[in-house]
Amino acid sequence: MRTLFNKVLLDIAGKDPRIWMILADIGYGEIEPFRDAFPDRWYNCGVAEQNMTGVACGVAMEGNIAITYSIANFPTLRCLEQIRNDVCYHNANVKIVIIGGGLAYGPLGVSHQATEDIAIMRALPNMVVFCPCDFAEAEAGVHAMIAHDGPFYYRCGYKKEPPVHSGKIDFQLGKAIRVREGADATIFFTGTIGNQAAAAAELLERDGIRCRVESLHTVKPIDRAAIVAAARETGGIITVEEHQLAGGLGGAVAEVLCDEGVVPQRFLRLGLPDCYVSRVGTHPWLLDQYGLVAPKLAVRIKEYLRQPVAGASV
Amino acid sequence: MTAAERTEIERLARRVRGHCLRMTHRGRSGHVGSMLSIAEIMAVLYTRVLRVDPAHPRAPDRDRFILSKGHAGGAVYAVLGELGFFPQEWFQGYYRDGGRLMGHISHHVPGVEFSTGSLGHGLPVAVGMALAARHARRQHRIICLMSDGDCNEGSTWEALLFAAQHKLDNLTVIVDYNRIQALGMSKDVLDLEPFATKLQACHWAVKEVDGHDVAALDAALAVLPFETGKPSWLLARTVKGKGVSWMENTVACHYGSVTDEELARALAEIGAE
Repeated sequence: MRTLFNKVLLDIAGKDPRIWMILADIGYGEIEPFRDAFPDRWYNCGVAEQNMTGVACGVAMEGNIAITYSIANFPTLRCLEQIRNDVCYHNANVKIVIIGGGLAYGPLGVSHQATEDIAIMRALPNMVVFCPCDFAEAEAGVHAMIAHDGPFYYRCGYKKEPPVHSGKIDFQLGKAIRVREGADATIFFTGTIGNQAAAAAELLERDGIRCRVESLHTVKPIDRAAIVAAARETGGIITVEEHQLAGGLGGAVAEVLCDEGVVPQRFLRLGLPDCYVSRVGTHPWLLDQYGLVAPKLAVRIKEYLRQPVAGASV
Repeated sequence: MTAAERTEIERLARRVRGHCLRMTHRGRSGHVGSMLSIAEIMAVLYTRVLRVDPAHPRAPDRDRFILSKGHAGGAVYAVLGELGFFPQEWFQGYYRDGGRLMGHISHHVPGVEFSTGSLGHGLPVAVGMALAARHARRQHRIICLMSDGDCNEGSTWEALLFAAQHKLDNLTVIVDYNRIQALGMSKDVLDLEPFATKLQACHWAVKEVDGHDVAALDAALAVLPFETGKPSWLLARTVKGKGVSWMENTVACHYGSVTDEELARALAEIGAE
């Protein structure tokens, strides 16, 4: 997905001279085409994410679109105050792109696992939070990101994520995309964990459980209508995210339900528990450990749906 | 600079001090010492250096001024109010409910380029603006005023290395080098000396000046950059709390303002009108 991201961005930058890339010494093997095509709009700040973000803000405030780009938590947590005070407070046209959301960089260790980013980014006023699940959303999302005037957080995948959507998608920022029809429950997901969630729904259907599946690629602003409709029209809501349960997609969905006074028949949040991993693990191994692979998701959802009433998160 | 011009600028600096003392007294706020130390810098910048227009505060060709030591925003508000960027009645609302003048400088105020308040934010943004200006072949300058405390922040050093790397000679830093920060003397907290030498080693063009001598400030800033191909760094030696005898060179005036009893005495000492 990162390769696709860079390719699409390069195409757009060829037509839009406002686009700059401001880096912090990360992106080897991916960012060179932009550097070679637009050397006067490409700057490597060195290993200095605070300066990267401040510089991007200054560049953006002069009428440009500045993209900061790095892996996992580097362009977000290290420079969070620059994102808040400089970018968001001034509503500057800065796009913060991370490569490898969630556990994608698993074996590199906890420092490289972006597992609280959605919660933190969505708490910032003026910030859009976008997590594409597959190449189709990723590509549409780059265009939406550039078209949007203001801060934007783009949680990019790392490798060749399989497609979740089949065919052309009807993409609109802030609008959920239906992946599968069903009424027994609605599974909402965000980001690249979507292929596990969609595959889980397929497994469930073999057992006669038909779930509506929707991609909430935009966690902020979130599609309130889709959430309310899911609560009213289906047998419950299940959220799946590759992120801490605290403050992530499940929390965002719960906020909408509470605000709207809509009580779903059931509500289950599936994501990462309140801890850090202590063992080495590849991305698939870690997802398996946390029960976020399709077969385990299917079992958890099936067992949960057997219960007669709404329960707590697990 | 003629003698008459000098007199006028010194008068403006005194008025800036007076506004700062009154605003912080009325608002029962702090940081007056940090405002008093930049009164002459403000007066010189806004009368002799910065190309800005109160009638068109967002004119594209304006010089960009960023106050990185946002806690001294009162001094910027004072000079902007004096120049007519906004009505001086706004001073009444400094640090008070519903007012427009926040304790740390706010870009919602006409003439203010950028909001700061947490140290170490101004220079990276100024660097970004300088890059963008050069890219667009624009002639405006970017000037960033920082404090000793600002120069503790890692982000400041990230930015100054970057500015020199890219030879941003449309960028000027002025440091209000009053040698006092929130909890003590800078030399006892994080000694910046030999400050000028450090900056020169980082490939900045450096000048030092008495930050309360308006003619010296004017002369130092008359020609920018100091050296072609290098960003300029003006080390302005100042006195924290300048003009109010019991505040001068004290740590206490970082957080302090004046009491009811002290206000008249302080205004008399600075020669306020």
